Amino acid sequence: MSQAAAPESATTLQRSTRWPGWKYLLAVGIVAYATFPLLYVLSAAFAESGTLTGSTSLFTSFSTKNFAALSDTRYWQWAGNSLQVAITTAAGSVLMGAAAAYAFSRFRFRGRRTGLTTLLVIQMFPQMLAFVAIFLLLLTLGEIVPALGLNSKLALICVYLGGALGTNTFLMYGFFNTIPTELDEAARIDGATHAQIYWGIVLRLTTPILAVVALLSFIATFGEFILARVVLTSEKSWTLAVGMFTWVSDQLNANWGTFAAGAVIAALPVLVLFLALQKYIVSGLTAGSVKG
Amino acid sequence: MSSSPLTADETRTDGRAPRPRRESPARTFTSMSGYVVKLVLMALVNALGLFIAWSAWTAGSWLLLGASLVLLAAADWVYFSRRTVPLKYILPGLLFLLVFQVFTMAYTGYVAFTNYGSGHTLTKERAIDALLIQNERRDPEAPSYPLAILRDADGQLGFAIVEDGTVRVGNAETPLAAAPDATVAGTRVTAVPGWDVLALTDLVGDPALLEQVAALRVPVSEDDSAGSIRTQDGSRGAIYRSALVYDAAADTMTDVESGVVYRPNDRGSFVAEDGTALGVGWRVVVGLENFTKAFTDSAYAGPFAKILVWTFAFAILTVLSSFLVGLLIAGVFNDPRIRGQKVWRTLFILPYAFPAFLSALLWKGMLHSNPDYGIINQLFFFGQRIEWLDDPTLAKLAILGVNLWLSYPYWFLVCTGALQSLPGDVIEAATIDGAGPVRIWRAITLPLLLVSTAPLIISSFAFNFNNFTLIYMLTNGRPRFTDTSAPLGHTDILISMVYQISGVAGGRADYGLASALSLLIFVIVGVVSVVAFRQTRKLEEML
Repeated sequence: MSQAAAPESATTLQRSTRWPGWKYLLAVGIVAYATFPLLYVLSAAFAESGTLTGSTSLFTSFSTKNFAALSDTRYWQWAGNSLQVAITTAAGSVLMGAAAAYAFSRFRFRGRRTGLTTLLVIQMFPQMLAFVAIFLLLLTLGEIVPALGLNSKLALICVYLGGALGTNTFLMYGFFNTIPTELDEAARIDGATHAQIYWGIVLRLTTPILAVVALLSFIATFGEFILARVVLTSEKSWTLAVGMFTWVSDQLNANWGTFAAGAVIAALPVLVLFLALQKYIVSGLTAGSVKG
Repeated sequence: MSSSPLTADETRTDGRAPRPRRESPARTFTSMSGYVVKLVLMALVNALGLFIAWSAWTAGSWLLLGASLVLLAAADWVYFSRRTVPLKYILPGLLFLLVFQVFTMAYTGYVAFTNYGSGHTLTKERAIDALLIQNERRDPEAPSYPLAILRDADGQLGFAIVEDGTVRVGNAETPLAAAPDATVAGTRVTAVPGWDVLALTDLVGDPALLEQVAALRVPVSEDDSAGSIRTQDGSRGAIYRSALVYDAAADTMTDVESGVVYRPNDRGSFVAEDGTALGVGWRVVVGLENFTKAFTDSAYAGPFAKILVWTFAFAILTVLSSFLVGLLIAGVFNDPRIRGQKVWRTLFILPYAFPAFLSALLWKGMLHSNPDYGIINQLFFFGQRIEWLDDPTLAKLAILGVNLWLSYPYWFLVCTGALQSLPGDVIEAATIDGAGPVRIWRAITLPLLLVSTAPLIISSFAFNFNNFTLIYMLTNGRPRFTDTSAPLGHTDILISMVYQISGVAGGRADYGLASALSLLIFVIVGVVSVVAFRQTRKLEEML
């Protein structure tokens, strides 16, 4: 990337060597725009009062009361549910997506092209469009196997995993194709089975893309709302997205102080992971477009 | 892998043999343990599959029974056959994909052509049962009996009644039958072998149990028309009979008291001559009705047209605005003279790293119309009371504004990447030919950039077309339309309209209409995708 930018920089330097002061000014403006709501939520989280009154001035008081108040709610239970669902889904998505990508990348079999094309087409239809049918399916399934019915986190995970192959296989497939097949062949000549090649060679060489897919899947599941809302009916099995929505859905009774504290805690891990791994995520985003 | 040195030696001595025959890797330690893991996993899968199949069998759900057996057989075949190597890797994801995406999409297609929804949720058979039970009345002429409440080891409840000195016992599934070995003191049943007799005091402190007892109906005999025993106080049982009688041969319901005959119609209800229908109906295929309903029904037609227009407007405008802002920022800051590029970049994309659902809720609070609460009005609009979320036009502007904040970082990242990978030699050549920066930008940079970002623009359009989270969290579709009874509003998009009328979150359910609208979105998204494929030829590159 930097090599490609180099010739351009040479030409611009020839033309103008002025210090681009206005660009710094603009940058400060953009940063203010980008961070203002985040500063606001941070300020509201640490504010003394739990209501909205007085919260229009930033950082006037400092108190951890709002964070302590979270223990009186179901917040930590919801956070636990969210983590449980998101981590399981991320792990499952990676395992299934990687296995399918390995098969499409390394084996030549009848129906391979059709399979890839079908996946590409399915990928275009977001799973959540079928939420009515998913609701009805789980309603029926729950009468027979309650663990897979409505209000079951396991059922929600299964639903999310249903979308795993369509979303992730292509991202991984492209990456798997860049691992030279000579490595597999050498191992095969040495007597390795296809499973040994998969677990021992291919998965180890593709760890970066596995991490990206796991992370993207985690972030997407963490913030997913409509399916979680439809599937999880009782308050104690809600995820953060569903639960925190109910805190502020009614503007009159909204508890913004607690919400702000909860939002800060919920956003921190995602924010840190995202910024730490932004280089990888950006490549994944531009290839697969997960949100945006 | 521990076998590699050994087998490598052998292949060398064998010369060309690709697979050493004598020392099969399956017999070496690592693959042996792998085989054990596979056996254990397959045992678990089989146990689970058989459990589901068995549950389906006992519940009489033949479709699920068939589906689970077929899928289980497929799994066993794939993992124990030698000729299905690729499928061994694809199957796990494929199973989930088939059940939770492909099947649900197909099922959406089916439901769209039915009247599935409130009042029509059951199959006809179960609707008839439900009608008979719901219309049960106490038979005023039949005697009442002394009654005891029983519970077996599994916690299942039953009744014992005393009729002419003999004890008769039964529960919800098994009709009353004489129990000669039960002990009776006067008219009170004190012990029944195999059951615990509950004392009335047990009931008083346990509302859940009380409710179960009140709902329990024990059939008097195998013949449904004989009615069933129910109790209201827990000590006396009376015979209840349905006010309706179902005649299976004629397929009619008759009200025994008034003699009115209800006949089934093609809309899934029993209807009398005068047009009154019984409360419980069943689901039937109604053809294209759901599709025409969206355009013609007075409650939906007006809102539907407005929502359709707004959905397209929102998706197009939001992609355009965030793309332009992102491109502008990327263009300005793709400048090697600026120091600390990484830091700036990290700060610029902060909104994108913040979970979207939290951002939408946060902005909802910030846009509160009362300046004492809403910081936007307080700080930027001089404390004016501006109804950001309650005025139809302002609410739309607010949604576009919030989504701009949410998604410009994405386009900033994408455009920065695209700008940095532009061919430097072309631009250099243009500079040498005397083209100014504006000309270069217009004639080279922009076209190249659009080519490389076009697929992302289209998929972003598709994403925002269904951006349920943003709309639902920020405005929940509000402000409401005042000219319709449907719970829809000015800022609803198609997917949130589907959500509102589906009734999955409570309220009146219309799964049929909701599915029909989902299908419409499927079609729109599909058409957009075809365009995307044509444009990008991604398919050919990937395969």
